[in-house]
Amino acid sequence: MRQDPIMQSALRLGDDALILGQRLSEWCGHAPTIEVDLSLANLGLDLIGQAMHFLGLAGDIEGQGRDADTLAFFRTDLDFTNCLLVEQPNGDFAQTMTRQWLYSTYQQLLFEAMAGVEDARFAEVADKALKEVRYHAELSADWVIRLGDGTDVSHQKMVDALGWLWRFVPELFQMDELDSLAVEAGVGVDKAALRPAYDAAINAVFEEAKLTRPDDQRTLTGGRHGHHSEHLGHLLATMQHIPRSHPDARW
Amino acid sequence: MYTTELDKSRPVDLQTGEPKDLVDAFEARVAADEFIEPKDWMPEAYRKTLIRQISQHAHSEIIGMYPEGNWITRAPSLQRKAILLAKVQDEGGHGLYLYCAAETLGASRDEMVDALHSGKAKYSTIFNYPTLTWADIGAIGWLVDGAAIMNQVPLQRTSYGPYARAMVRVCKEESFHQRQGYSIMLALAEGTDAQRRMAQDALNRWWWPSLMMFGPPDDASPNTERSMRWRIKRETNDELRQKFVDATVPQAELLGLSIPDPDLTWNETRGAYDFGDIDWSEFYAVVKGEGMCAKERITARKKAWDDGAWVREAADAYEAKKQARNVA
Repeated sequence: MRQDPIMQSALRLGDDALILGQRLSEWCGHAPTIEVDLSLANLGLDLIGQAMHFLGLAGDIEGQGRDADTLAFFRTDLDFTNCLLVEQPNGDFAQTMTRQWLYSTYQQLLFEAMAGVEDARFAEVADKALKEVRYHAELSADWVIRLGDGTDVSHQKMVDALGWLWRFVPELFQMDELDSLAVEAGVGVDKAALRPAYDAAINAVFEEAKLTRPDDQRTLTGGRHGHHSEHLGHLLATMQHIPRSHPDARW
Repeated sequence: MYTTELDKSRPVDLQTGEPKDLVDAFEARVAADEFIEPKDWMPEAYRKTLIRQISQHAHSEIIGMYPEGNWITRAPSLQRKAILLAKVQDEGGHGLYLYCAAETLGASRDEMVDALHSGKAKYSTIFNYPTLTWADIGAIGWLVDGAAIMNQVPLQRTSYGPYARAMVRVCKEESFHQRQGYSIMLALAEGTDAQRRMAQDALNRWWWPSLMMFGPPDDASPNTERSMRWRIKRETNDELRQKFVDATVPQAELLGLSIPDPDLTWNETRGAYDFGDIDWSEFYAVVKGEGMCAKERITARKKAWDDGAWVREAADAYEAKKQARNVA
């Protein structure tokens, strides 16, 4: 079956937000201070809100009666289109903040560009969400700097976090046929073109954080086409098990 | 601390040794429902009692994040997930304002956190019960937050200003929490057989612990009289418990669920519900730390704190370097 590039674009945006929001919600009650706990919950809430919007939009475009909840809770791993970066485990606080920074910096550039696309359903939401996303990028960059330039221990933890996550960065900017069709349809953004601005933004933070930009590793991809890391299955099992145990229920 | 104590001619309170004129003036202000502010003179026992009560309340908010936090990743719809995450976040926020209110009395946050971790400070024992199904999230919002509101509404008029003001904010959010809990129960009660079963089961498990949240019966609550006089407490445990039962029974009826108390009957003469005896041996056992999840809750809190030590140290080290650079 040929996939609709507009629906798929909404789905990819929704899946990224949902999976990262779910990961952040795992922190609740377990953060290094109560203040940090509250700020992680804020980020999670923003992302779950974005997920509700984009998955709802994907369902509307598809027109087969699937709403945001059906798409979130009744699809399997092979149908999830989020990037591999967002599904990576929380690890320690350094890994969570590094993941957030690598993703939010990308998401900010993406939404800035998307705010100018033709299709208002995408442009308006991107524009509205930008305030949130800029805050996520700033907050996480601040933590990257604090931890990178904090103590020897925190610096080493940042190096380890980057060692884990750097492999998943190139996937963010990959363009496939669906992405190109989405650009033509006035909903998508040329993600490859965002890379130079991304590099400039993260390099500035690396420098301030006294961290060395990692060497490029072999790129790992597959998320956009349903081929994920082992971690996603467990995340989905936890997230989906109640609705799937009661498929006829309303909550 | 008070130089006036050296003044031998000044009459002192025989029990505390505090200057009698100050004690009398304090008691008169409190009796006139005036607010006591951080810089005002207050008896040492009032200060200590308040620190204990406010920090215990703060700890309860923080520990209270765990039973509900247990369900955030498994909430059955995106809307419910977002609401629950926001609610648990509110509880963390309440913990923060209350710690700040206790700090105005001279308690430090580190001391309070240490007291919680070492087991010296208590928190509400209700949070040592497990959350076994999604319906528990409904029951906690409806019953536990409902009982908390009954306890907290009168504290908006408590005599200590910073505490009263913190409670105004807390109560506003708690009433939203209670409504979301009831809305979960309503969806379950109107749902499938399996959903109704979980709703009834949750009510069965949370009903009696919720009644215990008001504390021991008045005749076994030794500090009530003094706390009432000081306006730290504004209604007795039994009065509040009765109010809660009277408000909640009709709500359960509306849900079509039954309260697990065969002795519950409407008493026409009193205009209130009579209810069965509370198993106080269970209450005291849970207070002693024998609740199902007592070990889980405090272990989770200590682990979060210990695992986060390197982050707090890094943030302090970075701040110090930044200040040094600014000076240079």
